[in-house]
Amino acid sequence: MCKYLTFYRVNFVAIFKSTPMTEATLAKLKILAAAAKYDVSCSSSGTVRKNDGKGVGNTVGGVGICHSFAADGRCIALLKVMLTNYCMYDCAYCINRRSNDIPRATLSVSEVVDITMEFYRRNYIEGLFLSSGVVRNPDYTMERLARIAKDLREIHRFNGYIHLKSIPGASRELVNEAGRYADRMSVNIEIPGEQSLKYLAPEKDHKSVYEPMGYIRQGVLQYKEDKKHMLHVPRFVPAGQSTQMIVGASPDTDRDILLTSSALYSMPTMRRVYYSGYVSVNEYDTRLPALKQPPLVRENRLYQADWLMRFYHFKAEEITDPASPNLDLEVDPKMGWALRHPEAFPVDINRAPYEMILRVPGIGVKSAALIVNARKYRHLNSAHLKKIGVAMNRAKYFITCGELASATIADLSPEYVRRQLLNRTSRKENPLQLSFDFS
Amino acid sequence: MTIYIFDGSFDGMLSAVFDSFARKENVDILQTSEAPLPLFYDTLHEVATDNEKASRVWRKFRKTVSKGASSALTAAFLTDSADFPLHALRFISRAVTSTSTIENDFSDPSVLAVLKEVRRVRGEAHRLLQFVRFQKAADGTYFAMTEPMFDVLPMAVNHFVDRFSDQPFILYDGCRDYGYHYDGTETRRITLSETQGRITSSGKLTADIADKSERLYQDLWRTYFKAIAITERTNPRKQRQDMPVRYWKYLTEMNE
Repeated sequence: MCKYLTFYRVNFVAIFKSTPMTEATLAKLKILAAAAKYDVSCSSSGTVRKNDGKGVGNTVGGVGICHSFAADGRCIALLKVMLTNYCMYDCAYCINRRSNDIPRATLSVSEVVDITMEFYRRNYIEGLFLSSGVVRNPDYTMERLARIAKDLREIHRFNGYIHLKSIPGASRELVNEAGRYADRMSVNIEIPGEQSLKYLAPEKDHKSVYEPMGYIRQGVLQYKEDKKHMLHVPRFVPAGQSTQMIVGASPDTDRDILLTSSALYSMPTMRRVYYSGYVSVNEYDTRLPALKQPPLVRENRLYQADWLMRFYHFKAEEITDPASPNLDLEVDPKMGWALRHPEAFPVDINRAPYEMILRVPGIGVKSAALIVNARKYRHLNSAHLKKIGVAMNRAKYFITCGELASATIADLSPEYVRRQLLNRTSRKENPLQLSFDFS
Repeated sequence: MTIYIFDGSFDGMLSAVFDSFARKENVDILQTSEAPLPLFYDTLHEVATDNEKASRVWRKFRKTVSKGASSALTAAFLTDSADFPLHALRFISRAVTSTSTIENDFSDPSVLAVLKEVRRVRGEAHRLLQFVRFQKAADGTYFAMTEPMFDVLPMAVNHFVDRFSDQPFILYDGCRDYGYHYDGTETRRITLSETQGRITSSGKLTADIADKSERLYQDLWRTYFKAIAITERTNPRKQRQDMPVRYWKYLTEMNE
């Protein structure tokens, strides 16, 4: 420990001295935001913090607030930035790997704090998402991240959202220190299979990822326990933790990924698992597949599967078959399950339990709740369902509602239904509409 | 066909509920006097807005539904949909005559209409929290201009007062020409005068009244906004879906 302390003293002088905001900051922000952009998480939800009247900011909880949407359509809720993009690791999938010849920069603590506060006051952001390349050693880096969160909370009385990355391999003391100031913490798994992880990131292993996760979980559980006996306990990572897996950089199947996610969700503090379609950033590395386009459809299907696990009472094992461990790219996973299980349908809208109604393709969580409420008043028919917002073009093959029955999947074959759904012409291209080629 | 004409206000609608009970009539159309009348109708009744009648109806209504449903109805009434007042009237009439709660009967068109409209209005209020952008003036006041689709400023202003409790600000609705001024302790409703109004046309503080550092932070934000997008994943359709173009006018990052 003594050895680290001398390091800190030397470097804090340089890092913590106040630097005026200039054009140089602009250039650094550009580099470090671009370096952080492959981290997907941007949520600002999961915790409510009122302004105590002395400081700036509050955290709204509920759905969170997205303040802008970048050209790639992704939400910008937090100032997502790296403290530095120097890194001692050489992970094959990462843009910031040691062996890449890219512009490197480091923001000073005062710069990060100043930009966060000024952006927040202008309602550009909900808070800060701070990550960092690993410099010198994991503890050294973690200490600096914790220090910024502490400054924001205690000196600037900032009540907005703070998401901190926990550096793989960081010690328990530093994770605990950071957890007192952060709303959410995350450690990225990146590669679901340990073999693949070791192959692509030789300096990392699953232990270095799962250990900090365990520290966060224990911290939160400790807080909950202390809360029972004591009146004032400092909050600890109130919005829980999240993690991220890269999709398409390793040979792991969707089934592997979903089983990993499901195991993570069974952890009491894990709130979100993100999936990040691999963008070929290091084309020269032959350990990685050469992708022209990031696997966006596959990523989307994984998110849909994730939603099925979190909101639709699906188990990870149900979503994919062991025989075909990857998700169907043509139809969504819920439809996929329905087509593989024709015996479960048709579902009687007026009698079936809520869990079964949730499984009908074309009925979402909102419509399912409306249906079970509305059917107490009267017998629902397909006109009611349409008004409620059910996508009847998909749902019609899987439900009965006491009307003159149309053909359901029990009468037709799954293959026929699948063909019908895939051949559906979109509303824009009406086959009855004559069109001429004038060119 | 029975037509009621009312003044468009919430109390007017409640008075119409009262009148429909007093006159034992089923209302088919509830409209303001500006809207053209249909060619054929049986009865035409002009509702006089009466606070006493309105509050009687409201008190009874509040007893029959949950707090959530009554606040949903008031929020939904801010919508621009022309046939919503009639749905509101039917919702209230059914709620006060029914022996059990009706607010979850989503196969009833009026109940569903309240749900749909409240989603639209609260969605707009939420977009205000998302897309309002403040600019710092030289005197330390933060100024934001916005043009929401509905009159939702009152629903959003408390969020900003709580969030920026140590920062004086003006939040201004350019469509309806009023706003709120928070001076660090209390919030007042204001209307900018003609001379101050020159900023309202563009929504931008000119260099002479803006804070010295304002330009720098705007540039930093624009730089950040560009740098955070992944070029390989460019998806303008999704961007427009989540951030409607009508907000771009006052968004710092979408304007140079």
